[in-house]
Order: sequence, then structure tokens, then C-alpha cells
Amino acid sequence: MLTKRIIACLDVKDGVVVKGVKFRGHEPMGSPEELAARYRAQGVDELVFYDIAASAEGRRVPRDWVARTAAFLDIPFCVAGGIRSVADAEELLNAGADKISVNSPALERPALIEELSRRFGAQCVVVGVDSRRENGEWSVYQYTGLVEKTVAAKRRMLDWIAEVQERGAGEVVLNCMDSDGVGGGYDVAQLSKAREILTIPLVASGGAKTVEHFVRVFKEARVDAALAAGAFHRGELEIGALKRELKSQGLEVRP
Amino acid sequence: MIVIVDTGGANLASVVHALARLGERAQVSGDPARVRAARRVILPGVGAAPEAAKRLAAGGLDDAVRALTVPVLGICLGMQLFFAESDEGPAKGLGLIPGSIRRMAPAGLAVPHMGWNAVARTGASSALLDGVPDGTHFYFVHSYAAPMGAWVEAACDYGGPVPAVVRRANFHGAQFHPERSGDAGARVLRNFLAL
Repeated sequence: MLTKRIIACLDVKDGVVVKGVKFRGHEPMGSPEELAARYRAQGVDELVFYDIAASAEGRRVPRDWVARTAAFLDIPFCVAGGIRSVADAEELLNAGADKISVNSPALERPALIEELSRRFGAQCVVVGVDSRRENGEWSVYQYTGLVEKTVAAKRRMLDWIAEVQERGAGEVVLNCMDSDGVGGGYDVAQLSKAREILTIPLVASGGAKTVEHFVRVFKEARVDAALAAGAFHRGELEIGALKRELKSQGLEVRP
Repeated sequence: MIVIVDTGGANLASVVHALARLGERAQVSGDPARVRAARRVILPGVGAAPEAAKRLAAGGLDDAVRALTVPVLGICLGMQLFFAESDEGPAKGLGLIPGSIRRMAPAGLAVPHMGWNAVARTGASSALLDGVPDGTHFYFVHSYAAPMGAWVEAACDYGGPVPAVVRRANFHGAQFHPERSGDAGARVLRNFLAL
């Protein structure tokens, strides 16, 4: 049986892993290599590296860095940050990334999703969606890596995820901005709505701090994977212990 | 020399790195002469089947691979290329194993099949899984799957049995990614190199 995935997310800025609260006030947490090796040893199922300022600064996640990571890591990893074309994606996948994730560039030019999916297959193409509750509905935000550049994308989250699936995305990571860095748990209501629409894998992101948060999002929102950053970086949750606890609560996980 | 066939798809580097972690050097090549001279050949694969099939057909790579008698390892799409044809595209395969690669449609489950799934032998033995207990998890990421049949040595469950390890003579295939499956994956690669 397919296990529920635990994903550690490393938001990288200027070569250092950072963590903010609601996408603001980023604090340094350590080097990407050091954290990646630690989580791999703890049994994390997958890693995501976000070069969070890349899109907003008009550049792309550095190829050399992806190549170094691919050389030592023996579990899957996804990279994100400023991927705007098939050529960008090809360079990073050839450097050893397993998946690439697009967010703001897909909002700028949605056809990018089709181009990537056609060239590399849907399974390589992750679409990250940053969403915030506004006037009674979930709205998509863009350029969230830099506070001063963050803008509303003028799209409803539920419409956008349906569109990215239609265009050939292989997975959606839904970052619930109102929950991010607060430690109050995943936005189960929002993720449940997203789950109803998606037939591709859905990754929950934003708000995890306790084992119970993971149990709820897996059981109630039926997501395929749950991503966390700060709770792991700050040592509030140890991934091995988390997985043992999930198993004891009846969830299928990789030991 | 270990040759990784350049199918144009991504993730060639992951396989090179995985072998390097085992202390083995490999060469990525699209040259049929090099493929024919190799002592081990790996057909990797992430990407779309039509692209990879086109690459193989160009310049006689397909004939070179088909004629190999040394151990060959197909990974993911590389494994699927062993079969006669694929719905993805559609595309023609190498025809080493009969049957068609079909799009997965597991009832109520997400496609792609993405993540770590438990693999168990379907028959008595599997050289690739030597020393790997049934129930060990490997990393899968695919939307198309091979048919079940006499060639299947191990399977996982995803809305029904899905071939995870196949073999026909010296052609060994893994639907999962050993290069991304941690210690268990490294064991599979070591098993392949030891064949």
C-alpha cells in the first residue's frame, strides 16, 4: 500500500535555510545540506528546496547547488524557484532534481504547465499554490518569497488548482498562508475542498506543529503528503518519532 | 564500463550519482558502439515515452540495446520501454516483453502513483531484490504501468497489483527508482552490479 509522505521543506534564501511567519520575517535555520542530511537520517520521505526569492528577483535556483544536492541525497527531492521555461526545468532535472515546482511563473503564463508536462511527463511537474482567505473565499497570491513583492494573483484557489490539473500538473502543493508558521495546524477545511477537486496527489502545507496536526490532515483532508518546515527545523518534531506515532494511529507510513 | 543510455529524459544524473555513492563510475552515452561494449547497461527514465522512444530509434540505439547479452537494468520509463508498446503518446517500445503499457486508473486513488510503496515478490525469487525483505518500501512516480504476467518478479498494491520488478532473460526492470529509494534502493543497484 502507498504510504502517506512526510515532506520537509527547506526555504532557502542567500544559501541559508530560513523560516518566516505567514511568509514574513525570515529567520536563519541552518545550511540546506546539513538540514537535508539530518532529515534524510530521520526517515523523511521527500525534500523540497524552495529558492524563495528567485522568482521575485527574476532569476532561477542555481544549477550547481542542485547538482551538489543530487550527489549526496538518495531520496527524492523537488526544487522550486524562478523556473520559467522548459530549458530552465531541463537544466535542473538534468542536474539531478526529481521534480520541479512552479508557482509564480505558472500564474504569469499558465501554458508553462502544459509545456513542462508534455516534455518531462506530469510526474515531474509540481505546482505550488499560495492561498489566503479573503472576503469569504480562498485567493491565490504571487511572488510570496519577498514580502514587498507579494501580490494577489486575482484568481480563486479552487479555480486555479482545477486549471493546473487540467493543464497537466502531476501534483499540487497547497500552501495555506494564513496557517503558515503559526503552528495551529493545517487548514483542513481548505485542503478538504482542494481534495474534492484534485485527482492528482495533493500536498498539505502550512501550520504543522504537532503529531495531531498530521493525523488530522491525513485522515480528514485525505491528502497524500504533508509538508512542514519550521516544526522540523526548530526540533519541535523529530521525523522518526512522528512517523512511529502516525503508524500507531493507523496511518500507513514508511518506517 | 557501466553505460547509462541517454534517453534524453531527465534523471540521468541521479543514476550516475547513485552509482558513484556505491563507488562505481558510469558513462552516459547515446552511442550504440559504447552500449554494445558495456559490461552493464542501464536504461533510465523519467520523462515521456514518445521522446524516449524517438531517441532510442534514432541511430540504431534500439537495436544495440535489444541485442545485449550483458545484464541490463531498466528504471521506471526505461523498464516500460522493454515492452512492445505504450499508450503514452502512443509510443513503440523495444518489444522484449509482450504487452502494452497502459495509463493507470486505480479506483479512488490519485494518479500519478507517487511516493513510497511496499514491494513484495510474486514468485519464488528475484535477483534484483536479493536480501531485500518483502514489504520493503521503494519510491515510485509514474502514471503508466506495465501489465501483470509471467515476467513480473515483484509487485506493489495500488488499487490492484502493479508490476514493480520485471525480468526477461538478462533484462531486469524496476518500476520504482532505486537511485532515490534510500538504503533499499542502493541494495537493488548493488544486486544488479553483482549479477
